[in-house]
Amino acid sequence: MTFKFLYDFSILTQAIDKAITGSMSPFWAMITEMTIIGVLILAFYAVVGLYLVYAERKVCAFMQNRVGPNRVGPWGFFQTIADLIKLLMKELIPIKAADKLLFNIAPFIVIIAGFMAIAAVPFAKGLHAVDFNIGVFYVMAVSSIGVIGILLAGWSSNNKYSLIGAMRSGAQIVSYELSVGMSLITIVILAGSMQLSTIVEGQHDLWFIFKGHVPAIIAFIVFLIAGTAETNRGPFDLAEAESELTAGFHVEYSGIKFAFFFLAEYMNMFIVASIAATVFLGGWMPFHIPGLEGFNHVMDYIPPFLWYFVKTAFVIFLMMWFKWTFPRLRIDQLLTLEWKYLLPINLFNILLMALMVLMGWYF
Amino acid sequence: MKSIIKYFADIFGGVRTLLVGMKITGKYFFSPGQIVTQQYPENRKKLVMFDRFKGELIMPHNENNEHKCTGCGICETNCPNGTIEVIPTRIETEDGKKKRILDTYVYRLGMCTFCALCVKTCPSEALAFGQDFEQAVFDRTQLTKILNKPGSTIMKGVE
Repeated sequence: MTFKFLYDFSILTQAIDKAITGSMSPFWAMITEMTIIGVLILAFYAVVGLYLVYAERKVCAFMQNRVGPNRVGPWGFFQTIADLIKLLMKELIPIKAADKLLFNIAPFIVIIAGFMAIAAVPFAKGLHAVDFNIGVFYVMAVSSIGVIGILLAGWSSNNKYSLIGAMRSGAQIVSYELSVGMSLITIVILAGSMQLSTIVEGQHDLWFIFKGHVPAIIAFIVFLIAGTAETNRGPFDLAEAESELTAGFHVEYSGIKFAFFFLAEYMNMFIVASIAATVFLGGWMPFHIPGLEGFNHVMDYIPPFLWYFVKTAFVIFLMMWFKWTFPRLRIDQLLTLEWKYLLPINLFNILLMALMVLMGWYF
Repeated sequence: MKSIIKYFADIFGGVRTLLVGMKITGKYFFSPGQIVTQQYPENRKKLVMFDRFKGELIMPHNENNEHKCTGCGICETNCPNGTIEVIPTRIETEDGKKKRILDTYVYRLGMCTFCALCVKTCPSEALAFGQDFEQAVFDRTQLTKILNKPGSTIMKGVE
């Protein structure tokens, strides 16, 4: 069967690897492979970022009884590409009072954080750039580098709005990082591993959200809330807060540097959604119900990367739904939600999950 | 104990209200038939503007080419921008009286803010707003319009 690689990408990747290592020295082979993966991830980053912007505009429009972008291409499909070209051609306005070095590297730090996180995400069977044995920990650690970029952008702009925005973002991420970590730890207890590939393999009979029933569902909800807050989106977009801070930390940025922040925001959303899909909803694992062999076999015919993208799209849709429904929280409400509600619930939830795993009360 | 009950009641109450909001936006999302946006240049042929829309000032004429304007000039006095200029003329009626009637009704669309003071204050209801909003021209002199049609006379019974 020629399309076998759709179900197991390691056939394809190993063939490419063999061809490259066979034709050059091991050092250059490694360099070439790294370059190929880097370019692929970069292209993926750009395409996903652009089309998430498009999806967001369409979803938002439908929720507000509008049509959304509909002029460039069919259904406005090329609108965001046109926007990108416009941003590329715009002037980069230098700020006289800004700290030049920090001002210029801030967008790159934000982009690099997203870039490093996406390398550890398993897209399909065998389609996985780096598979650390502490994958969950790595993704969390790397994705929180982004806040340094936001803080630097706010500080170096030398503007009161951007500084307030950056400080809010700092307070927010310091708080919500806890909840993200703890909700993931709940599932790590159930999975018994931090390696993302093992976590996905562990869901071959039933996804963790069903396997761990009550505590897993609580952890999923907490992760969704905290993940939305971590990406500075939705009801938690205090760092931008258009109505009070004009645009928050990126007020002074223009042209492609602004586009970097914009793309990184959507990419962070994609990363949070894909981690949610991988850890809670089984990643690329098809939907299996133990005992129904025929049903499981039919589900296996749908290629794994399709499963992965459908689940990620579902989580992204949920996050967009939050954003276009809920009003923005005030800073004290934001901290109350985290420290008085999410954190105690989460701590209790970890205990509950540990007890469940100990007693074998899961499916 | 009361505070513990309140804590959990707050959580469930909060979740419930959030779900109510999500139900409404979700309903809108899954029913694209409710979209209210007008696809303007494409639907130009069947586009119907609403009754109170103010596209331009018009003077309705009936089928005998008769209007209701007496040429009194109240609209001209009321117009804040000097948009309207009523040029009257005097004629002699059959019984030998001199009478002031409308000769030319000049309306400068380019200066009009569509405040509707002219329409509201007209004692004989001779003015109205039309629905045509596609008024773009290449020369602003074309925005000066004569509202009474050539050869039109005043309607019988309007004083």
